[in-house]
Amino acid sequence: MKILVCVSKTPDTTSKIAFTNGNTKFDEAGVQWIINPYDEWYALVRAIELKEKDAAVTIHLVTVGLADCDPIIRKALALGGDEAIRVNADNSDSFYIAAQIADVARQGAYDLILTGKETIDYNGSSIGGMVAELVDAPYLSLATLFELNGTTATITREIEGGEEVAEVSLPVVVSCQKGVAEQRIPNMRGIMAARTKPLKVVEPAAIEALTSIMSYELPPAKAGVKLVSPDNVAELVRLLHEEAKAI
Amino acid sequence: MSVLIFVDQTEGHIKKASFEVLTYGAALARQMGTTAEALLLGTVNDDLAALGKYGVKKVHQVANETLNHVDAQLYAKVIAEAVTASGANVVVFSHNQTGKAVSARVAARLKAGIVSGACALPDTANGFVVRKTVFSGKAFANVSINSPIKVISLNPNSYKTVAGEGTAEVVALNVPVDASKIKITAVNKVSGEVPLTEADIVVSGGRGLKGPENWGVLLDLAKELHAATACSRPVGDAHWRPHHEHVGQTGVQIAPNLYIALGISGAIQHLAGVNRSKVIVVINKDPEAPFFKAADYGIVGDLFEVVPKLTEEIKKMRAAG
Ligand SMILES: Cc1cc2nc3c(=O)[nH]c(=O)nc-3n(C[C@H](O)[C@H](O)[C@H](O)COP(=O)(O)OP(=O)(O)OC[C@H]3O[C@@H](n4cnc5c(N)ncnc54)[C@H](O)[C@@H]3O)c2cc1C
Repeated sequence: MKILVCVSKTPDTTSKIAFTNGNTKFDEAGVQWIINPYDEWYALVRAIELKEKDAAVTIHLVTVGLADCDPIIRKALALGGDEAIRVNADNSDSFYIAAQIADVARQGAYDLILTGKETIDYNGSSIGGMVAELVDAPYLSLATLFELNGTTATITREIEGGEEVAEVSLPVVVSCQKGVAEQRIPNMRGIMAARTKPLKVVEPAAIEALTSIMSYELPPAKAGVKLVSPDNVAELVRLLHEEAKAI
Repeated sequence: MSVLIFVDQTEGHIKKASFEVLTYGAALARQMGTTAEALLLGTVNDDLAALGKYGVKKVHQVANETLNHVDAQLYAKVIAEAVTASGANVVVFSHNQTGKAVSARVAARLKAGIVSGACALPDTANGFVVRKTVFSGKAFANVSINSPIKVISLNPNSYKTVAGEGTAEVVALNVPVDASKIKITAVNKVSGEVPLTEADIVVSGGRGLKGPENWGVLLDLAKELHAATACSRPVGDAHWRPHHEHVGQTGVQIAPNLYIALGISGAIQHLAGVNRSKVIVVINKDPEAPFFKAADYGIVGDLFEVVPKLTEEIKKMRAAG
């Protein structure tokens, strides 16, 4: 049983968002990098739980990025996972990234591919679906529960207006969100072990990116809050109705 | 050349998010000097010709009942066939749950560049540049799609739905549909509630409500406003409210017309999910709560006193017409 977990490096959630080079580049000054929370808390931890139940499970991690991703890959390996593959490329186009991951996936013949539901920087929620298409496997997005029984996966997932429970035979690609697992903290043993786990660097396949980021913008600043006295709630209703036209 | 708009359905009905993408797709077609057409998979009880009022000339329907259920693998194949058959060069989805499952798959199948989470019409004056939200709503990126076919999935509530006059021609599209590899064993729809991402008004509660037993004041206000309800992450984590109500950077990202925050401090991760709301109202007893900096209107006070009054005043306003 082989699981591939897609992990990505993202700025910490408290990072100040600013841009340089005439608003064409994310300003990395002072930014702390983390594993994308959905990849770490849900996809990776669920894979680790499966391995804890069944020692025959092998977990590989894959990321597409340059050497500055290595610290977060080591952190992911400290949580669990047997080895990591880094595709040595820097690109923000989701098709480019998915095609690289699909290449790794085909070579490794994985039974299960897990991703987070989206990254907290580009918010694409595209990689899982694209990888599934490129390896021609079923795709179950927005999973909130994941159970495995032999080669059958039972997945509860968010759909329009509710949720459904789906059964599918492996191989399958699943994007994970809250509910699938609980966040863990790496322990000292894990951190020590991670140092010697293999981190393979492979060169990217020749894939053409289909999109490119031209520029960034910050949202306009708010004009400032209008405070209303708690003794005059009617005034708030009047403002919302007449001024903001929101009710 | 045409713009093909994917219209999704649940339980035989077309949902609000689809009317928004139809309006958006039709506007894009006008901007590009081409026509807008819609695509519906499965069978519905609604009148498809009536979708013409959002500006589409034609509705393609693949009336196969297997497609009444979303299986991304089958959908991608059928939608890609429809794109080829209709000669579309732009495909538009809503970035809702169905869009998230399907749009990227379709893009990969067609080797088409995708911008997911778009929030405005593309700039087509020089190339094809689409604005999208990044960093969970803390910024925007303008992304150029460089492939011949382009896929856009539009963030719900980012484009104003406009219904005019017109009827569309409904044409049956015959595309082979494989058997699904997925077996659905249960479906639980949350009925009677306004879906969070589609709601015009959202009333949201934080730790300041102290416990699940106190949610009555919030629910009364939401009911009066026909609003959807949301919560902060610790509230979802503590199971005071179902986790699908959790908004923020690691929860649902929303952009309603009006967001009312009760007893929420306004941590940066919370703001990331709600700061695209058009009007933000904050009720918090701490004048130093960071949320006031991101708000349009605020009351510094005890929510347990203020909120029932607010509900009463809205009732009064409604009664006065
Ligand atoms: C990686 C990461 C991701 C995160 N993602 C999210 C996310 O997606 N969404 C999210 O919400 N949080 C997220 N958080 C958590 C976030 O940092 C805050 O901890 C959380 O938003 C605080 O929730 P709260 O405002 O309900 O609670 P608190 O911060 O405890 O605030 C409660 C507020 O209620 C007020 N209050 C108390 N009693 C009353 C009363 N009687 N009347 C009026 N006001 C009252 C208080 O003044 C206070 O401001 C994340 C954190 C991390 C580290």
